[in-house]
Amino acid sequence: METITTDLLCIGAGLAGERVAVEAAARGFETICLSIVPPRRSHSSAAQGGMQASLGNCIKGEGDNPDVHFADTVKGSDWGCDQEVARLFAETAPIAVREMAHWGVPWNRVVPGKSTYFKAGKEFEKIELPEKEGLITARDFGGTAKWRTCYTSDGTGHTLLFTMDNEVVRLGVTVHDRVEAVRLIHDGETCMGAVARCLRTGALRVYLAKATLIATGGYGRLYRETTNAVINDGSGTILALDTGIVPLGNMEAVQFHPTGIVPTNILVTEGCRGDGGTLKDVNGERFMDKYEPAKQELASRDVVSRWMMHHIRQGLGVKSAYGDHLWLDIRHLGEHHIKTKLREVEEICNSFLGVDPITQMIPVRPAQHYSMGGVRTNKDGAAYGLKGLFAAGEAACWDMHGLNRLGGNSLAETIVAGKIVGEKIADFLEGYEVHFKSACIREAVKHHQEREDRLIRGKDGRENVFVLRTVMQDVLMDKVGIFRNGEDLQKAVDGLQIIYERTAKIGLRSSGVGANPELALALRFPGMARLALCVAAGALARTESRGCHAREDYPERNDRDWLKRTLATWKEGDSLPTLTYEPNSKVWELPPGDRGYGVCKIISSEDPVVCGIEKPLPDSIE
Amino acid sequence: MERALKFNIFRYNAMDPRSVPQMQTFYLDETDSMTLFIALNRIREEQDPSLQFDFCCRAGICGSCAMLINGRPDLACHTKTKDLPAEITLMPLPVFKLIGDLSVDTGTWFRAMNETVQSWIHTDRTFDPKATEERMSNEEAEAIYELERCIECGCCVAACGKANMRPDFMGAVAFNRIARFITDPRDKRTMKEYFDVVGTEEGIFGCLGLLGCEDICPKHLPLQDQLGMLRRKMGWTAVRHLFDGLLGKTA
Ligand SMILES: Cc1cc2nc3c(=O)[nH]c(=O)nc-3n(C[C@H](O)[C@H](O)[C@H](O)COP(=O)(O)OP(=O)(O)OC[C@H]3O[C@@H](n4cnc5c(N)ncnc54)[C@H](O)[C@@H]3O)c2cc1C
Ligand code: SF4
Ligand code: SF4
Ligand code: FES
Repeated sequence: METITTDLLCIGAGLAGERVAVEAAARGFETICLSIVPPRRSHSSAAQGGMQASLGNCIKGEGDNPDVHFADTVKGSDWGCDQEVARLFAETAPIAVREMAHWGVPWNRVVPGKSTYFKAGKEFEKIELPEKEGLITARDFGGTAKWRTCYTSDGTGHTLLFTMDNEVVRLGVTVHDRVEAVRLIHDGETCMGAVARCLRTGALRVYLAKATLIATGGYGRLYRETTNAVINDGSGTILALDTGIVPLGNMEAVQFHPTGIVPTNILVTEGCRGDGGTLKDVNGERFMDKYEPAKQELASRDVVSRWMMHHIRQGLGVKSAYGDHLWLDIRHLGEHHIKTKLREVEEICNSFLGVDPITQMIPVRPAQHYSMGGVRTNKDGAAYGLKGLFAAGEAACWDMHGLNRLGGNSLAETIVAGKIVGEKIADFLEGYEVHFKSACIREAVKHHQEREDRLIRGKDGRENVFVLRTVMQDVLMDKVGIFRNGEDLQKAVDGLQIIYERTAKIGLRSSGVGANPELALALRFPGMARLALCVAAGALARTESRGCHAREDYPERNDRDWLKRTLATWKEGDSLPTLTYEPNSKVWELPPGDRGYGVCKIISSEDPVVCGIEKPLPDSIE
Repeated sequence: MERALKFNIFRYNAMDPRSVPQMQTFYLDETDSMTLFIALNRIREEQDPSLQFDFCCRAGICGSCAMLINGRPDLACHTKTKDLPAEITLMPLPVFKLIGDLSVDTGTWFRAMNETVQSWIHTDRTFDPKATEERMSNEEAEAIYELERCIECGCCVAACGKANMRPDFMGAVAFNRIARFITDPRDKRTMKEYFDVVGTEEGIFGCLGLLGCEDICPKHLPLQDQLGMLRRKMGWTAVRHLFDGLLGKTA
């Protein structure tokens, strides 16, 4: 078997994986990135809107600073985040944005003088200061007190990822694309790398590494309707869950984006609403101004998505062959604005819908969009439970997002966490030695090889993996979606358990030879079903409403009992995850309060530390 | 009226000793708003789960899904079946190494291209985390972005007569990338240094100028302008080179 040894193995070559790789490589450590697709095709490239950093250059961002950014992030998370991490993040984001400028990102810049903008459908005027000319500018995004979202037209993720990969090429970091990590190599205490499958040939390969990073992005494809790329099926998150040791944090925290187009669920950016686009119903009337008079269309995503579903349930959606939807109207922004600032949007509407957004409204509906949950790490990015294992980006639960992430904060997270975790990994690697135990390597390879052989021999049964996947996606979409309740969640858990049992009987209908797509899915799917169960079981157990997690039967945010993070592990042979909990934050710089948007019924915490009356105990006494 | 679509799809699995390159026919009923992304996934799920093809973003953003659609290179995910005749022939992109069926290895090709054109900002400045950013005009930023929009799909390379004849030909995508860095004031390379990269027969001087690339680019990059600009700039640099040589200077 081909065996490759390196200092750092980055599983994932999106923004987070590559940012970590760049840091480690610059410090002189040998680094290899794995990716399912060529790195520049990673889903980071699809982010359009922008990246938050409190530069405060544009006039509508005047007075912005990390304190304001921190407060917005904590409120956005509905006080579910780790405040130490949110603080670290907000402080580092401006540096990270400028560093990307240094590496070549063509950020849009401040143009001095008068210009107009739209907010909530009305036109306003602003005057940019001459002394700020040429500095990095920002646009408005939901849930923020200031204009803070730095952007390059509507291709921010694309320019960030191309620039990052340019750095990877410059530093000579090795990238093995079309390679899928399938199993971590560990002895219960230390991680030693991963077994991977070549998606060109189907051959297995062993990567031995002193440090291993999971930066594999989100798990949106567990849902039927998602804005995520087709490769975002959580295969990296599964690696951690399958250790039986490393916990996943807050898997029930799943964000829906208000504006996926109908029918294909391709995202049109929040920038549309940030720039003044409005949501309308079957009568061509706005409704967000009635539900949320202050923030209107720009309330945070969870709030806007819920009101949209609520409005559709009131019978005010537009009927179509693909179900009810609402309209996004950007016509009043004008041809010039749409053709320059929202070009991708125009292209998506034209090519995928045959709709011209300059003259027509866009059919939209909320779709799964972002996975707040993921591999639980400490603030250095080290995974709980296994030495030498790290995680960063959307795949991680670092936890600056809590139960809801703000738009623009996840591109920022990939770069900021990538930088910080990269530094910590480099520190970790200084002088670190690991013994690669041959028994552990053999056992990991054997485990995978046996699964492949069984599937190819087809002795287990005749279950069709494509059918199982469709059923699973329906269950999550319909029962663990935007509005949740105990009864549906229980049905979801029961249904998913049946699906999971049946994964043991998957049989291929094709030969499974070479880079066979059916075999690749059949290998991945049981893990996907386990992830789905983590999402559903976590949601059922969390008897409150917070951020994206909206329980109709528990409408209050319960700070008394639920200032907690769910930790899910999976013991071998079980058919359900084991759930435990930890306090979601040690530090309470910003005590829980009202977000200023969304319905807010709160059961208050009585903990003096949480309420800011007492300081937390220092770590050493705990 | 619902059409019955006939697909002729190239099949070959290099890892299977029994496989021979051939065309295979599939039939599908057309549905509303059907794209080739929807169609190919249905063929895989309902008819032949071994069918290999590449999609990632399915939104025309990532450049994964280029293939020959009735002979023309284009992104499969943004191609609506209603814009095609009822008989659709799908072939893998030429020039790139075949992986299987409709899937080709663009990753290796583009990594090599990025290395060849040294696709990064060349500067002697170091990053100062405490300093505010260097200023740049917004027009400059937009001009760079205009060329940065390339998604490395490979359509222009597949459509290029020269690249089909000469595997080492750099292709319009590489010329556009060089133009992107020439446009960027942060990149401190001299014309001579750019010339060393593209002023060759594999580079801009090998380009036939027939512009198959410009018409085909799914992101509508202004390739014609960039090729023209490069040819002029590199032409001048070549002439200067010659003069310097005659005068005994070392450039
Ligand atoms: C349509 C869309 C628009 C968005 N817009 C914005 C925005 O405007 N602003 C913002 O802040 N955020 C936005 N986001 C969110 C943001 O883009 C993502 O959260 C972020 O880019 C994730 O980056 P990442 O590096 O963590 O993961 P990704 O970019 O998804 O990269 C994952 C990498 O892991 C690899 N991989 C996965 N599994 C394996 C495996 N088993 N083995 C080997 N490799 C593997 C993949 O090939 C890939 O290279 C958007 C998201 C979507 C879906
Ligand atoms: S103009 Fe040049 S690069 Fe473009 S297709 Fe012709 S030979 Fe190729
Ligand atoms: S220039 Fe156009 S056709 Fe060529 S790779 Fe880039 S996006 Fe594709
Ligand atoms: S799948 Fe990304 S461009 Fe077609």
